[in-house]
Amino acid sequence: MAEIIWVYAEIGDDKITTTSLEMLAKASEVGKAEAILLGPAPENTVQTLANHGATKIYRCADPVYRDYLTLPAAETVAGLIQKHQPAVMLFASSYSGRDLVANLSARLDCGAITDVGDFRLKDGSVEATIPALGASYQNTSTLLNQGTKLLVVRPKSFEPKVNEQPVAVEEVPPASDEGHRKVQMTERVTVKREGPQLEGAKIVVSGGRGLKGEENFAMLKELADVLGGAVGASRAAVDAGWVPYSMQIGQTGKTVKPDIYFACGISGAVQHLSGMKTSKFIISINKDAEAPIFQYSDFGVVGDVFKVIPQLIEELKRRKGV
Amino acid sequence: MNIVVCGKVIPASSVTIEIDASTKRMLRKGVTHELDPAAASAMEEGLRLTEKHGGTVTLITMGISDVTIGIRNALAMGAASAVHIHDDAVAGSDTLATAKLLAAAIKKQPFDLVICATESSDSYSGIVPGQIAHFLGVPPVTFAKEITTDGNTITIKRQSESGYDVVVATLPALVACSSGINEPRYPQLKGIMAAKKKEIKVYSAADLGLSPDQVGEKGAREKVLTIGRPPKREAGKAVVDEGEGGKQIADFLAEIKVI
Repeated sequence: MAEIIWVYAEIGDDKITTTSLEMLAKASEVGKAEAILLGPAPENTVQTLANHGATKIYRCADPVYRDYLTLPAAETVAGLIQKHQPAVMLFASSYSGRDLVANLSARLDCGAITDVGDFRLKDGSVEATIPALGASYQNTSTLLNQGTKLLVVRPKSFEPKVNEQPVAVEEVPPASDEGHRKVQMTERVTVKREGPQLEGAKIVVSGGRGLKGEENFAMLKELADVLGGAVGASRAAVDAGWVPYSMQIGQTGKTVKPDIYFACGISGAVQHLSGMKTSKFIISINKDAEAPIFQYSDFGVVGDVFKVIPQLIEELKRRKGV
Repeated sequence: MNIVVCGKVIPASSVTIEIDASTKRMLRKGVTHELDPAAASAMEEGLRLTEKHGGTVTLITMGISDVTIGIRNALAMGAASAVHIHDDAVAGSDTLATAKLLAAAIKKQPFDLVICATESSDSYSGIVPGQIAHFLGVPPVTFAKEITTDGNTITIKRQSESGYDVVVATLPALVACSSGINEPRYPQLKGIMAAKKKEIKVYSAADLGLSPDQVGEKGAREKVLTIGRPPKREAGKAVVDEGEGGKQIADFLAEIKVI
């Protein structure tokens, strides 16, 4: 009998997140995929999950899951795990995914593996691959002495697949513990982003500490515009306050997988590499020939970003006849 | 306001990490250590809050004797005292055992607020703060990029995928702050001198009510099966810019048919 694999489905920007669908694809490949969907969600969400491999959905639309962060979800999911004991439960390596797993592992007194890039089931035990971050080590891990294995999966680890299944929906009662109300979300602020979305962009032009200041991101924007791409940044540039967090690529930011990734004035810290190293082609420009980014680059230029990039922009315009 | 900061002292960023083939763990003994920059930010946040609202900051960390240098650094920044969970039995603890030990150590003193970094800079799991909060029975408020308090509640700006959420929690609570929340201060000479006289309490697992089979390698649920260097991405072309760097990139883009 196929093992049951649960996916914690997340809503972001009023739709199901891509990572949720990526995890469903993997879950259907390994066993029988089922999803947990908590909190308000657009009407077509159940259908979208079914179209991507979910055979059963545990559902509660109560706003408690949206307004009180992750504790209510932890209560509900812990109850469902104890009742149904799926072999594996997958969570996205997102804000709520990580919070939820932290609470569940403490609540259920079980381990969890984070940063998972792939996994397989062998005789009921799980073998998870944690891809290396930059120059560090890659490892495979398992979880001992526990029922449901909790795995936190990196975005973009799998391809979403359309795989329509007949779906059963089971309504579950909302979390009831009043203690959850000790923490409440009172306001949701969206910081406007300019230009194309980073996540889906075919070309990403990113800047780091070597850009030296906020004003120099205009140059990257111009390069991105010429190529029809989006602008990203390393944590150093975000921490310096030059660009908003929504542009951060890396372990604590976004994970991107474009066709072309430009790393401009980025040294290639582990933190950053983990968010972009699966890009198809990596082109880097850095004045330090020893910068780790060059080890991951398909094409590297040891030079001054303030000379190389303007020349590249000019050259691209000339070749395009602009 | 009594604040406890949980932070890690890790091999310095200049150190090349080696793995012990038999234990499959990072080699930490004898390696230069430093207060994790993420923990320094958590310390800084704690100090700023006590400077505004009164009270003291206590640092709690866990590790081998090599971590003392980082504890002294936190004391020099301004922590009033420190707690060091130091026990051979805790080596190889997974996140859950680590959280149990830290929570038990936190409970040994009165606290209004616990501050952690979102994740350490050497292992990045990012789930220990949430686990600690559960064991303490306090609300977790995570991914904070700004923290304010009125003494009864704490309000944070919580990083979100599209901006931030304003989140309010009643105290006592646990906050995990995101990187870049502040620029940690450098210890001044006066602080460094004062740090030498400050107390570092040392606890073993048994002092914290945990038996040796609940912690360390024995208590770990997560077991590393294999570890190694990943296959290297094939090194591409690299050129030194001699005035044609931009054009050479354009040539490369043409070669891979992007333009």
